[in-house]
Amino acid sequence: MAGVRAGAQMPHLSKMERVVVSMQDPDQGVKMRSQRLLITVIPHMVAGSDLVEWLIQKYCISEEEALHLGTLLVQHGYLYPLRDPRCLVLRPDDTPYRFQTPYFWTSTLWPATELDYAIYLAKKNIRKQGALVGHEKEHYGQLHRKINHAWDLVVTQAREQLRAAKQRRKGDRLVMACQEQTYWLVNRPPPGVPSVLEQGPERSSCTAGQAQMSPQGLPSNCSPPGPFQTKNIDFYKREMELCRKALGRARVKSSVCLEAYLKFSSQRELHDPIMSGCLPGNPWVTDDDTYWTMNAPSVAVPTKLRVERWGFSFQELLEDPVGRAHFMAFLGTEFSAENLSFWEACEELRHGGQAQVRAMVDAVYQQFLAPGAARWVNIDSRTMERTLEGLHQPHRYVLDDAQLHIYMLMKKDSYPRFLKSAAYKDLLAEAVIPPEAKKRVFPFMRKLPHSSPSPALLPAATAGGPECGEGGA
Amino acid sequence: MFQTTSSETSFQEISTAQLLFNVCRNLHQVAERVEALGQFVMKTRRTLKGHGNKVLCMDWCKDKRRIVSSSQDGKVIVWDSFTTNKEHAVTMPCTWVMACAYAPSGCAIACGGLDNKCSVYPLTFDKNENMAAKKKSVAMHTNYLSACSFTNSDMQILTASGDGTCALWDVESGQLLQSFHGHGADVLCLDLAPSETGNTFVSGGCDKKAMVWDMRSGQCVQAFETHESDINSVRYYPSGDAFASGSDDATCRLYDLRADREVAIYSKESIIFGASSVDFSLSGRLLFAGYNDYTINVWDVLKGSRVSILFGHENRVSTLRVSPDGTAFCSGSWDHTLRVWA
Repeated sequence: MAGVRAGAQMPHLSKMERVVVSMQDPDQGVKMRSQRLLITVIPHMVAGSDLVEWLIQKYCISEEEALHLGTLLVQHGYLYPLRDPRCLVLRPDDTPYRFQTPYFWTSTLWPATELDYAIYLAKKNIRKQGALVGHEKEHYGQLHRKINHAWDLVVTQAREQLRAAKQRRKGDRLVMACQEQTYWLVNRPPPGVPSVLEQGPERSSCTAGQAQMSPQGLPSNCSPPGPFQTKNIDFYKREMELCRKALGRARVKSSVCLEAYLKFSSQRELHDPIMSGCLPGNPWVTDDDTYWTMNAPSVAVPTKLRVERWGFSFQELLEDPVGRAHFMAFLGTEFSAENLSFWEACEELRHGGQAQVRAMVDAVYQQFLAPGAARWVNIDSRTMERTLEGLHQPHRYVLDDAQLHIYMLMKKDSYPRFLKSAAYKDLLAEAVIPPEAKKRVFPFMRKLPHSSPSPALLPAATAGGPECGEGGA
Repeated sequence: MFQTTSSETSFQEISTAQLLFNVCRNLHQVAERVEALGQFVMKTRRTLKGHGNKVLCMDWCKDKRRIVSSSQDGKVIVWDSFTTNKEHAVTMPCTWVMACAYAPSGCAIACGGLDNKCSVYPLTFDKNENMAAKKKSVAMHTNYLSACSFTNSDMQILTASGDGTCALWDVESGQLLQSFHGHGADVLCLDLAPSETGNTFVSGGCDKKAMVWDMRSGQCVQAFETHESDINSVRYYPSGDAFASGSDDATCRLYDLRADREVAIYSKESIIFGASSVDFSLSGRLLFAGYNDYTINVWDVLKGSRVSILFGHENRVSTLRVSPDGTAFCSGSWDHTLRVWA
């Protein structure tokens, strides 16, 4: 049962197990051989290099990746080095490894119990006095105190297991000891070694209904099973509602949607610094922040790429303070600047503080919507009627309809005209293309990266724009 | 053979359905004609050391260089990652600070975790002021806070919690503006849509579902359930028409909002461990995903192939975000460090 829980919470375990099972396939698996260890011959060993090679072939990956994956398998205790069992690393040479028995797999036997650990340490202690190392001695002492009442059981079990082991062949005894040691290395790692089994704070999932046990040593913030964990009638009602909505939803044809990705990515490729680099150079690579200075939120002369982006979409234009400012100026020449101002005021309302909502709605009404308002916006009568109704009960979304109407007006009408205007064409022509920074001849003469003032130091006013709402003051 | 009218109709229906099924392609098939990407070289350009324990979350400031990061030991640090200088540090009264966010103005940060709350700290350079003194407790959940994000301003915060809900809060008053119920288990992540007109966001949870919400009504607008395990991270595609998800089932998937279905899956047999966090490059062509096997895989979003694998972290990668101008991305790990890659 513990296994089921482990499997559900850690899906990577079952995947790792599938890998080690296929590694042991007699035909397609890793080459097995027998290895001499002291005076015993141990069968079914694999060499580290063979493991790596098998992973490279099976998954078509590089040696680095194969070594990394193989190391994880060893760190999780699915493979152990027979010669140096304390050291769970994968060496890509002829170091011999063996596969852990499924009995000791994490998905089978997790979480490890204190009782089992006590028995294991007791066995070690009995077999050879002083065999316990630092942290094991400490744990042994702690456990002795904790399960003092059952200590007789511990010692009895330990002696019994040792006695049973003595009756096995030397080779088997050695292997079993290694298997057990590997299990405990994974479940009770020595200090300084991070536990591979740690999963972070506990999560509940739909498959709950069983009590959630907290693996030792991990923070547990269990709340009692909530109402949402049981699949009751409310759950299914909600599911049905979602399905009903989905059925009625208007969908766009896949062919249209999928083409859109190709178009979007190809349009933006040159504007993507990671894909295409950036001029004069990527600050993170050159330690030179000129790129940021040239593309600061408010520059006198924007770069060519930046001005081009304003033509990609209306949203792109509005999001750029410089673009928005030029658009505002253009609207001014068409005597429709109040549209943009209205939109900005609505944005401030939507994203402003709750306490300011009433006052803001009032202000917007007075300035843009009231009959004879100083900057009256032209909204269709139906939307205006609905908006004015809503103003009796002002909330932050009360102007949404009006805002959307004006937004669409600007997007469909003013924006395309702006892109065709002489103003925009001039901006494109005057925009600067930064030259690529010369590569430094003496790389060790790199200048230290400049520090820059934190936005938290700047007076709030310069941050500007409704997207940075300071409200209140 | 003569067929009755009703059988004729059924025959047509079945044929149409079959045709649609075959035609229902995914992104990788359509992108076959797109040129494959060349060799990709990205290196660690900055390593930020200073956390004493696992780094759990990070977020970029709009100035493209500062970041805030939070860790298991309760420490929240603000860095100028370009110079690697630490600028602010605060210790939370709880461990496992799983969520942190930078305010759009750059003047405050938000964070929370096992304390079940989301708190906002104004950033101050005044040596006489203790940052913790000005702390504002904003959100209150009944289980751990897994994610938080400011909306378009400093005045509102969106949170996701292990109590199975998301919520929208007014920062100034701490008032709950809207709550979002529908997930059947812990909610682990959220992302705001870069949409020009709407107010939507997507959340992912332990119920394997990704749900899209209307912020005004609190209603779930769309839901997607194709992952086989917990969804650890969701991130919108730059156009806002889709979002990617990373899950414990070791896959990342792309969901199209207009087609209302999954359109791409990013997986490889050798990738066994869960993806903990995902983000797109600026053009949406690349998907960076941090995994629990300590690596970062770079995916070609269109073709579905793995372009590159980045090694460097010595424990699981817990958080990953691309910088606001797309010049780099930052990863945080359980190995106590953050790395900036470019």
